[in-house]
Amino acid sequence: MNKRKFEIIRTSLAIGIAFVILLFAILFISEDPVTALHSVFLAPLSSLRNFGNVIELMIPLMFTGLALSLIFSGNNFNLASEGAFLAGGIVVMIVALGSSMPTFVTWIIIFVLAGVIGSIIVGVPGFLKIRTGASELVSSIMLNSIILYVGIYILNRWFRDVDINGIASLAYPKELLFTPIIEGTRIHFGLILAIIAVIGIYLLMYKTKFGYKIRMTGKNGDYAKVVGINVTITALFTQFAGGAIAAIGGAVQALALYTRFVWNITPGFGWDGVIVAILARNNPKYVPLAAFFYAYLKTGANIMARRSDVPAELISIVQGIIILLIVARKLTARLEYRSLLKQLDLQEEKPALKEEVSN
Amino acid sequence: MGDILRIIISSEFLWTVLRASTPLVLATLGAHISLKAGVINIGLEGILLTGALSGVVISSFLAGFISSVGVGLVLTFILVLIVGALSGLFIGFFHLKLESDIALTGIVFNLIATGLTVFILFLVTGDKGVSSSLQSLVFPNVEIPLIKSIPFIGDILSGHNILTYLAFLMVFVIWFVLNKTTFGLRIRAVGESPQTVQSVGINVHNMKLAAIGISGALAAIGGMYLSMGYTSFFVAGMSTGRGFIALSANAMGGTTVGGMLVSMLFGFADSLAIFLELNTKIPGEIISMTPFIFVIIALVIFSYNKKRKEVK
Repeated sequence: MNKRKFEIIRTSLAIGIAFVILLFAILFISEDPVTALHSVFLAPLSSLRNFGNVIELMIPLMFTGLALSLIFSGNNFNLASEGAFLAGGIVVMIVALGSSMPTFVTWIIIFVLAGVIGSIIVGVPGFLKIRTGASELVSSIMLNSIILYVGIYILNRWFRDVDINGIASLAYPKELLFTPIIEGTRIHFGLILAIIAVIGIYLLMYKTKFGYKIRMTGKNGDYAKVVGINVTITALFTQFAGGAIAAIGGAVQALALYTRFVWNITPGFGWDGVIVAILARNNPKYVPLAAFFYAYLKTGANIMARRSDVPAELISIVQGIIILLIVARKLTARLEYRSLLKQLDLQEEKPALKEEVSN
Repeated sequence: MGDILRIIISSEFLWTVLRASTPLVLATLGAHISLKAGVINIGLEGILLTGALSGVVISSFLAGFISSVGVGLVLTFILVLIVGALSGLFIGFFHLKLESDIALTGIVFNLIATGLTVFILFLVTGDKGVSSSLQSLVFPNVEIPLIKSIPFIGDILSGHNILTYLAFLMVFVIWFVLNKTTFGLRIRAVGESPQTVQSVGINVHNMKLAAIGISGALAAIGGMYLSMGYTSFFVAGMSTGRGFIALSANAMGGTTVGGMLVSMLFGFADSLAIFLELNTKIPGEIISMTPFIFVIIALVIFSYNKKRKEVK
């Protein structure tokens, strides 16, 4: 399809422009631009450990990216996935430190509870929007701050480890923690869970009738309403399911990469998920690719910050520019217009030729 | 409880309410004027941060070769206004000229601003958290001669930062511009019926750009107040959701003055939280979350009433 061709052109163009800006920014501020450039672009590939870091970072991005793809597909600007992801970690703290069930049962409890709480967290702004018209954007962002303080409160009130420096909970039981599945890296079982989630949501969205209804609601809400799709149900479902996925992602992250609860600032994966979802055009199929790209850039940026004098935050500016350019519909307008003209020309020429022949 | 009530109606407490309301009043004005032109400025949060950082950086830079504090402050003020207006125009450019979705543009602008402010802070100070190593300027507090001597009221209204007075003055200015000038009429017309405006030969895009530019400048003053009045340094992420609170304050207030009143209500919640944290044994985390809960509840009640009225 032609539209898709231009989406690809626009994405490449956006990434290209952003990289040129990145290049100039590094040349401009760094005393040793070669090291900085090498770190950001190539270092993630230079060792198994570094590449492992990319994959390990890709896992939470896949969860939140998938969650936001779903939420955006239902046409809601609900950003509570950040809070839901954090809540997944809070659930891990409570269940891991509070219960003494067998390992497998504890995991099940954690994931079910995280899923339920996550869907409530993202569902509440969605529900309020439907019932009262209150902007889900504002209420979800306020909710994120509330969850953050709830987490710190629970930590300080019940689970704080007073014997160590810094704010952290007691250590989780060792047998609960995910172990690496590839030696020499920290890549963990969560990768498989994330892939299963991506496949599941893809099948739901693109191979079922209900998924079609969701995509219809996202593309054109008024049309969907007219043809009899219950847009309230699709909107609520996408937000509940998105919340559950984000919170399970948070729980996975907490079990795989931490030994205690230490999130006294929000981890930010909910916001990163917005970028992944936009890069993936809300299509679950592209979420892993987008998450990989994002994780690669971020890992490169972290290595760059360690090895050179350029801070890692430069990359968040570059990512922002990429997204701004991708959502800029006019960017490839002239190209699209020209190709449309060409097509029209061709269509007009063909009958003309036939006429000549018949004459 | 009685103690708390007595302190809430004390002049010291009401003074801090005005103090805490200042950035909200300015950001709400920013939300107001751009929404009047039909553009919802979700980038306010990022512009607050940008204004806060540029105020600190510009003023410390100027202090290097301008000995007069007054001149330094005025120049800083003007430059930060320009930075704010440019931030607004940046968002406006992407939305209007490149046809990006305004909500996404705003959200992404906020993400960029969060990263960019830390990035620049690090380049300038070598620190990613606070700017306290910079010798930046602070806007002065002013006593108002006559009002100062009125008992109680004088204690509440006098002795504020000069930007606080400016914020409330701007409420009047924006109200005046929107309601009593041709420019304001055009902005409102663009928001209500762009086609009509276009048909009489006014450039809709330019009017919208102007509105969002002004919106950015107003929010930047709010940001500048955060780092050069409310506190005397920049802290990463110091806007703490005020841009979004301003959006909802504007939605609830509806009018210029209404928006100001709602933002003062949120300023009240902020001050109450600070007060309770200092004076009671309620855990700090519970208190810190109350202003956010307050915003959600207020937003829900307001939206519900509005919806019910519309149905009728």
